[in-house]
Amino acid sequence: MKRTLDESKPIFLQIKEQLEDSIINETIQQGERVPSTNEFAAFYEINPATAAKGVNQLVDEGILRKRRGVGMFVTQEAKSILIEKRKKTFYDNYVKPLKSEAAKLNINNEQLVELVKRGGEFGEN
Amino acid sequence: MKIEVENVQKKYKDQYALQDVTFTLEGPKIYGLLGRNGAGKTTFMDILAGNILPSAGRIKIDGENPFDNQRLTQSICLIKEGNNFKKDLKIKNVLKIFSFFYPNWDHALAMDLIKEYNLNPNAKIKTLSKGMESALGITVGLASKAPITIFDEPYIGLDAAARKKFYQILLEEYEAEERTIIFSTHLIDEVSLLFEEVLILQEGSLVLQEKAEFLRENTCAVTGTVEEVEAFINGKEVLDKKELAGMMTAYVYASMEEAESSGFKVEGIPIQDLMIYLTERKKGA
Repeated sequence: MKRTLDESKPIFLQIKEQLEDSIINETIQQGERVPSTNEFAAFYEINPATAAKGVNQLVDEGILRKRRGVGMFVTQEAKSILIEKRKKTFYDNYVKPLKSEAAKLNINNEQLVELVKRGGEFGEN
Repeated sequence: MKIEVENVQKKYKDQYALQDVTFTLEGPKIYGLLGRNGAGKTTFMDILAGNILPSAGRIKIDGENPFDNQRLTQSICLIKEGNNFKKDLKIKNVLKIFSFFYPNWDHALAMDLIKEYNLNPNAKIKTLSKGMESALGITVGLASKAPITIFDEPYIGLDAAARKKFYQILLEEYEAEERTIIFSTHLIDEVSLLFEEVLILQEGSLVLQEKAEFLRENTCAVTGTVEEVEAFINGKEVLDKKELAGMMTAYVYASMEEAESSGFKVEGIPIQDLMIYLTERKKGA
């Protein structure tokens, strides 16, 4: 969890992405309850309607399920849906900027592939 | 409660404090009413609270005029930046008077806040520091539970910790029971995340009314080469632009997504900055 939000970006998106990350890295497991809109609002000191927008989009996408009077829970399919979704945007969000920066530095595709492989040996970082 | 503002104008001698302001606040939300000094915010809030009459136009709250209207004034609580209370009264008397005036008065909350802010119920108003007087204002505003609660720069002299406490309790109260809260402040960065909707006044006119999240999504600072940026902003509403060494940054109404997919370096614009660009520009025009 981030401690504060970036005030210049849509807040509901940041709430949404945080929940997505927590589900993907299993900080929040399937079937588990996620914080309520009011809990998010109180923690980040944000408008509850804004927090609700992020959470509701995840409900629409089948990541969360509302159980009336109890709260919001992570669905069984949540993680696989999210991984599929992230894969689709992986090229645009990560590969494209990587290639464009490489082009600026005259790093060709082969060298880039080498660098990616080398990075792998050091684990995630 | 629905607030309808129609062509409201307020003239002091030959000076317009408000000219032809029209908008509607649909329901219980937290609104930010922003603008530079002298933009007409305080005048507007006085009219809304039924304290003064507009020179022309009208305000309707649930269809009725708030001026001299007991049913409505007990639904509206306006806390200003100072002189909210009679100097010779004790804090406990102030609370008593307001508890008679506001039908939804929350005595327990008032007591909690008095304690939280270390206010002595037996102290007279004239002995309070600026910060303590502000704390009492905040206490009354929150405990009034008025369906329309208006805070006009309510925390002169309050330190950062006390302000933070205020925001937290405000949110708690709002979550427990939604009400219309209108917030006017110069400390925009501190509170902008609380706003659901933002209104900006400039020299007596309304220049913007928009959802806060919409603004965060649809305004951005775009940086690239001068040619690329000029091409991108062509036909778009530009708030400001600046150039350095062949590069240009333009502050523009455009979705961050659109700008990013065009390959620009894109940054969001905090609401405080947006207010500055917007009011600077109108002044120059």
